[in-house]
Amino acid sequence: MEFNPDNIIYWQWDFVKINATLIYSWAVILLLWISSWLITRNLTSGPGLSRWQNLLESIVSIIQDQIREASQQEPQKYLSFIGTLFLFIVFSNIITIIPGTSAPTASLSTTAALAACVFVAVPVFGIVTRGVKGYLMQYVKPTPFMLPFNIIGELSRTMALAIRLFGNIMSGTLVVAILLSLAPLFFPVIMQVLGLLIGFIQAYVFAILALVYIASATRVHGENNNQDTTGSFKQSI
Amino acid sequence: MDSISIIGMVSIIVSGFTIAIGSMGPAFGEARALAQALSAIAQQPDESGTLTRTLFVGLAMVESTAIYCFVVALILIFANPFWDFVIKQVGG
Repeated sequence: MEFNPDNIIYWQWDFVKINATLIYSWAVILLLWISSWLITRNLTSGPGLSRWQNLLESIVSIIQDQIREASQQEPQKYLSFIGTLFLFIVFSNIITIIPGTSAPTASLSTTAALAACVFVAVPVFGIVTRGVKGYLMQYVKPTPFMLPFNIIGELSRTMALAIRLFGNIMSGTLVVAILLSLAPLFFPVIMQVLGLLIGFIQAYVFAILALVYIASATRVHGENNNQDTTGSFKQSI
Repeated sequence: MDSISIIGMVSIIVSGFTIAIGSMGPAFGEARALAQALSAIAQQPDESGTLTRTLFVGLAMVESTAIYCFVVALILIFANPFWDFVIKQVGG
């Protein structure tokens, strides 16, 4: 039984491998890119909106509203990063309903790469908003004694972000695979419907957590920006 | 008993215990969170949007401990490094 799409290899030359993770990540990227290019090719602001433009505008405004509510800041700065993360993860998770495909997020490589993007984005947004000194000062905020714990917290939440998404999506795939061998007629469909819901919720959770981490690094005012992630999470929601 | 069967037996038993014990705590925690959120929604239906969003994010964070246990159990069954090591020793 193969539950890791890294091990499904389509083409190999020496150490260069093209596996299912790569193929379907690029499929999702091309799908998002080409469809948004086709839709935004002829935008109008008149009365005759095409239905695809309506769809895209509502998606963008929903994401903007969520960012505004969750971070209590203007969404425009975060829209491109958080929206890209959310849309890519959603489409990666629900691509499994097409028979024969496998979700790229069921591989730890993809989710670790996405979490590494968040890990890099937090200091980048923080330094852009608060300056190098202001950003680095928050590591020694309560006392300098807390410095190692803050650094460990930064690393472990990145790891948790990667493993949470990987474990949820991979377990969904695995449960469907096991049920296919036990009760192949009807039950896998129910589990796949549940998998759609879980894939959507996990993409939402990933995006919201990334936003919360970034927002807690960029919050200038307020005295409480030295709390741990759950504290700042409660504060910002 | 040779080392292969000991490693196989211990891996399977421990992976069962891992997922059994590791899913108990998050199950209790998620049940409590869900009950609290339901009573909060019943008291303040206007805030159900915020409550639901916070509930989903919080449930996913609580659930991640169970997911860690699940990943450990899977590693013990499907990708056990000790098993691979012993098999390689015997084979080589």
